[in-house]
Amino acid sequence: MGLYEDKRKRTHTPEGYELLTQESGHLEYDFHWHLGYYWSKFLAELRDNQRFMAVKCPECGTVYMPPRANCGKCYVEMNDWVEVGPEGSLEGFTIVRFPYIDPNNGEMKQVPFTSIWVTLDGASTRMMHFCNEYDEKDLDVGMRMRAVWSEERTGSIHDVKYFEVIREKPAKKAAAKKPAKKAAKKAAAKKPAKRPAKKAAKK
Amino acid sequence: MGKRVGIIGVGQTHHAAKRLDASGVELIAEAVSRALDDAQLTMADIDAIVVGNMDHFENINYVDMWAVDGLGACMKPVFKVTTGGTTGTTVGACGYYHVASGLFDVVLAVGWEKNSESDTQAAITTCANPTLERDPFAGAIGPLATEYSMYMKAYGATEEDSARVAARDRNNALNNPYAHSRQAVTMEDVLNSPMLSYPVKFLDMCPRSDGSCAVIFAVEEKAKKLCPRPAWVHTSVVRHDYTHFGDLEWQFMPTLERASAQAYKLAGITNPLKEFDVAELYIPCSTCGVKWMDSLWFCDHGGAPKLIRKGTFEMNGQLPINPSGGVIATNPIGATGLIRVGEAAWQIMGKAGARQVKGAKKALCTGFGGCSWTDLMILGADLP
Repeated sequence: MGLYEDKRKRTHTPEGYELLTQESGHLEYDFHWHLGYYWSKFLAELRDNQRFMAVKCPECGTVYMPPRANCGKCYVEMNDWVEVGPEGSLEGFTIVRFPYIDPNNGEMKQVPFTSIWVTLDGASTRMMHFCNEYDEKDLDVGMRMRAVWSEERTGSIHDVKYFEVIREKPAKKAAAKKPAKKAAKKAAAKKPAKRPAKKAAKK
Repeated sequence: MGKRVGIIGVGQTHHAAKRLDASGVELIAEAVSRALDDAQLTMADIDAIVVGNMDHFENINYVDMWAVDGLGACMKPVFKVTTGGTTGTTVGACGYYHVASGLFDVVLAVGWEKNSESDTQAAITTCANPTLERDPFAGAIGPLATEYSMYMKAYGATEEDSARVAARDRNNALNNPYAHSRQAVTMEDVLNSPMLSYPVKFLDMCPRSDGSCAVIFAVEEKAKKLCPRPAWVHTSVVRHDYTHFGDLEWQFMPTLERASAQAYKLAGITNPLKEFDVAELYIPCSTCGVKWMDSLWFCDHGGAPKLIRKGTFEMNGQLPINPSGGVIATNPIGATGLIRVGEAAWQIMGKAGARQVKGAKKALCTGFGGCSWTDLMILGADLP
């Protein structure tokens, strides 16, 4: 293997030229994505009717939120629309505290923000969205969530402003935890999907 | 099954946060020339080249063309492969397929990245559907953090468990002269580091690096002639999953479970924890180093914390994981997966220096990408 030269700390060439970095300047890269039948309908329903429309696979029965043309597992086109939500269960969450450039607009992402995965009632898959709370001590997997709609809706996932935790009783922490615990117990009792047995492992 | 294939040489750059001294093509050249040296070959001996990095991270498309001088690809067939985080291992799998097909005898596989040339999290974020998922999707860290919140809830795993994994990989890196991040840390250091995205803290998470890795695959007849102790490829398995993050099963990783089940079957492995001597796994965040152990059939779902707490995967444990320091110590994304293959190969070849696991005869390597994509390769000292 031998000992190779480690140039990690170099700032100049062996002859003394400074190692340069070229700045690209602020690049503007505009794109126009075509949304097709399914996402156009999905977003229109958010905007106009404040409701979540999912599609169901005729073969495996998976209810997809967000909807899409094909069931990837069965490779069939789906046409059965099903309304789901507007409430659901919190499957997972994280409170993001590190800023980075938002590729949508070139500006720094505003932090903290809370990214959640929520299974809307009736859906098989989870939707990614936001929550309006930023303290991990107040959030728990299994909590019940409800969509809060934006007043100005344009046909975007932001037509839902965020999801809020449904707390039957206000503020007092001990009381607030109760409904969460029940839902959490329910969620925990719901068995996680079964792993394929090693022997019978599907290809 | 194809021809039998051995790895006969590996080269790596010295990985760092920034390699001011080298452009991307020069970084590639550094790894490639070291791999040729390791295998005692010249570029004339190479029949084909596979190269990979993360699309657009350096704002260069047609990278295979752009990097020809560093790759040694002039007048040779070059195949560019880019599969997100799994790029490095897919590059390795592709190099293996080239040789196993019987069409090429000696193939050079190269992974590279100059992560310092752009905002890595922003670039990673563009893998999410722009209309439906990009806004709440927080780069590489968000989903991994969210996944662990579910795992902690379901099985009682703790932040201490993941801190233990972070400390393990970071301290292992002290034995690796190529590693980017080489600092001794304790579990307490990890737990006290700044919170990036609950529950993932700064020292739990991999860095982003500039670096490259090159691995040379050779067909059986040539490998036997050229190399005293090739690392034979026993199997290579790839499994991919959904494109919407909300579709994925997050309690366990179906792709990793299915890929490993299939690989173990093909390689005749019935007790992975016992039969592997070393593992170089794509663990980008310490939380994954807890949760994903379940999906490698080391234990039942939820069994990982117990194994972690027992020290099963430490250098002196039953199955050392990431003697190189793993991804948490070094992460030039297009190379990261290939570094797993290269490091595992060196373990089999007995060339791993201070991080060598004595008598390593069977090694497991994995790659991971975005939407739970899994690449898996098993290497062995004996012919498969």
